Amino acid sequence: MGATVDQFPPYRDRQAHHAHDGPGFWRQYIFSTDHKVIGIQYGLGALCFMLFGFFLMLLMRWQMAHPGQPVPVVGWLMEKTLGQVAANGAMSSDLYNSFGAMHGTIMVFLGVVPLAFAAFGNYVVPLMIGAPDMAFPRVNMASYQCFVLGGIVMLVSFFIPGGAAQAGWTSYSPLATSIPTDGQVFWIIGMALIITSSLLSAVNFIATIIQLRAPGMTWMRLPFFVWAQFVTGFLLLLAFPPLEAAAVMQLMDKVAHTSFFLPTGLAIGGQLANVSGGGSPLLWQHLFWFLGHPEVYVLILPAMGIVCEIIANNTRKPIWGYKSLVYSALVVGFLSFLVWAHHMYLTGMGQKIATFFQATTMIISIPSVIILTCLLISLWGGSIRFNTPMLFALGFLPMFGMGGLTGLPLGLAPSDIHLHDTYYVIAHFHYVVAPGTIFALFAGIYYWYPKMTGRKMNEFWGRVHFWCSFVFMNIVFLPMFAQGMKGMLRRMADGGANYSAARVPGVIDTLPNSIMELHTWILWAAMALGLAQIPFIINLFWSIRHGEQVKSDNPWQSTTLEWQTPTPPPHGNFATPPRIYRGPYEYSVPGHASDFFPQNEPEK
Amino acid sequence: MDIPYTVQPRPDTGVYNAKMGIWLFLASEVMLFGGLFSAYVLLRVGADVWPYGWLNIPLGTANTFVLITSSITTVLAWVALKNNQFSRFKLFHAITLVCALCFLGIKSFEYHDKFMHYEITLANGKFADGHLIGKSKDFDLEKKTGSVTLHGYEVDQEVELMDLQRPEVRQIQREEITIPAVEIKKMGNYGPWHNTYTAIYFTLTGLHALHVIGGALVIGFLWGPGSRMWKTDPERFTNRIEVSGLFWHFVDLIWIFLFPVLYLL
Repeated sequence: MGATVDQFPPYRDRQAHHAHDGPGFWRQYIFSTDHKVIGIQYGLGALCFMLFGFFLMLLMRWQMAHPGQPVPVVGWLMEKTLGQVAANGAMSSDLYNSFGAMHGTIMVFLGVVPLAFAAFGNYVVPLMIGAPDMAFPRVNMASYQCFVLGGIVMLVSFFIPGGAAQAGWTSYSPLATSIPTDGQVFWIIGMALIITSSLLSAVNFIATIIQLRAPGMTWMRLPFFVWAQFVTGFLLLLAFPPLEAAAVMQLMDKVAHTSFFLPTGLAIGGQLANVSGGGSPLLWQHLFWFLGHPEVYVLILPAMGIVCEIIANNTRKPIWGYKSLVYSALVVGFLSFLVWAHHMYLTGMGQKIATFFQATTMIISIPSVIILTCLLISLWGGSIRFNTPMLFALGFLPMFGMGGLTGLPLGLAPSDIHLHDTYYVIAHFHYVVAPGTIFALFAGIYYWYPKMTGRKMNEFWGRVHFWCSFVFMNIVFLPMFAQGMKGMLRRMADGGANYSAARVPGVIDTLPNSIMELHTWILWAAMALGLAQIPFIINLFWSIRHGEQVKSDNPWQSTTLEWQTPTPPPHGNFATPPRIYRGPYEYSVPGHASDFFPQNEPEK
Repeated sequence: MDIPYTVQPRPDTGVYNAKMGIWLFLASEVMLFGGLFSAYVLLRVGADVWPYGWLNIPLGTANTFVLITSSITTVLAWVALKNNQFSRFKLFHAITLVCALCFLGIKSFEYHDKFMHYEITLANGKFADGHLIGKSKDFDLEKKTGSVTLHGYEVDQEVELMDLQRPEVRQIQREEITIPAVEIKKMGNYGPWHNTYTAIYFTLTGLHALHVIGGALVIGFLWGPGSRMWKTDPERFTNRIEVSGLFWHFVDLIWIFLFPVLYLL
């Protein structure tokens, strides 16, 4: 599709030519309404938050492997900035709790969701459906600004007296309400801003996909990535507001001294709390997980969409079972609203309710497995190109598979009683999100980078990044299954050292040394995992100017519309309004001259 | 390329972009209030006794009519624009705005009434309940000095205060009671902290009032400075009135649910 380039000189030349009448720096990069700029803003912001969340985790891993010992290298900095909670550069339990709560919050709400949904969705979706921009560009900008504000509130909360929220990313009341510091208030306000941000994005994405599809882009010609984003949009639209309602109520509990989540007779520190009572701690958990579970699919569906695009492109053949993928995504989206209480088997909500949620949980695994199977079978008989995006996409499949399958024992109440709240749970959902979703996100970055910059990222360092990440991710998370099955609880500020020391020989089988020693393994593997990201970070910025320049607008020889635009796409995206003639994955069509048949190329 | 369907409806969906957007937004609003309504259900089911008759039904009814009237005038304002009658639009939306202010006025009167309404646990185990008339200058609950004066009555058990519509309660003579601080064990007004009923009442109606204020600001803008668009782009302006009207109907609809749930049931 060199035609578009010939008709329409690349954006950069045009920019240079019209530099004097183009938008200024602030309008173009900071307060931009262009979906591509906002997508990149989201992407860079989310990557920074992910790195920050990763550092919090590293510090926690040090504390678990060496409880109470001063943190090397950055201990003095912690003491200087955070004060008493990090006295002598060692981490106190309060600080550990803060870091734990904020690691989860930042990774989920400020890292993965903005990157998977907002960044890729913003950049790619309008291009894929042949739209000039999002339906509401200014709402889009407002969404990003809310995200930044929410992030700032979360970061500031580390430095207020008492530090950031300490009650875990799930913020269960009454614990969250009764911790006598303001960290939780900051958390709630930050969350309200983040929820507003994703609400605006969700409205925008869904309206864009429904309203702005180019002529001929029927529903069944949408790339699977667009479908995934469409379903994700609905999850965010409908699942986040109940959490917002819960956040409002928790804020009322905290500042107006209501008792939404505070039961009658609540005692705090041995004293009867001065509250009216009558509230329900279960109410918070219901409302939280009503968001919390769809949120899991918010994390995973865009990742599946990215993997699907990359697999189709690099196997050079149509995706196997496109319609099954689409219907499965829709069913997953619908069912994800009916499984939330499988996080709550141990709350005493009753066996009948538990039975219902076990059934729905087993049912929702069916469409998830269908999606993964379709992607797996798509590899069959393809002449696979093993480039960096493809490596990450292929890495996603077994890693997400492990994460998903280890979730089954958690979805059944009898086995969940043993595994609940242990490191098994941590290992399970990290396999889904870290080597699962985040690998898919890396794949997406390597894959769409040439469209954003006109240059490819370095292939060799990409491979180094993949193989090191792959190996160390597994060394970090695999031992946690063993720790969890041995009964190591999550959220212990000393990594279980107390329980291990309090062993009564021959009476209870507590945490043996072999299990405790795994902490050291994990610590070193986590550090190595951090080092493995350095090639990626350098590659990301170095390639903007020095990467291998792409020879055409479609370096991967892809069929989907985002590659049929100038590189990088100008404001308004398409030189001429595109028209769509066929489905998204017409690779290796018999009788066609090349092995790909773009969606907008007319039949000869 | 410009963004299509900003004003004209897309043929296969039948709506223009903003209308699609507002419907999606309203769907999320349904879930927001749905979360709070489900909290109401859970709290009420779990409560030993649930208060009844604490709110002023005539005032609530009046507010219901005020909001329904404003919804009607919103539609009429939009119809007026469709018929190219700009001054009629101005008139009808002026009424909408007056209704919005009227609603907020009545609501703040009701709030004020709740904040002035006190329940006092007396040292002798009885309960005094009534509206605050005044506190003596040296009134201090901690130091047990001074006294507080209520317009109300005393009952033997707290549970008698839970249903204020019962004939027995209504027949009790309200009078001025002055209670010295030494006789007061606990004192508090009917703010959100009083119990879970007032908590959910203030949260739901407060959030709803915020929606009324937001809607009134938007409609006020479109009525005042924003109406200049009528001269340059009448079709788009009419769409704006339609979209803001949809939001306004939603705010009205929420109240239609709030009124029976909080006042009547």
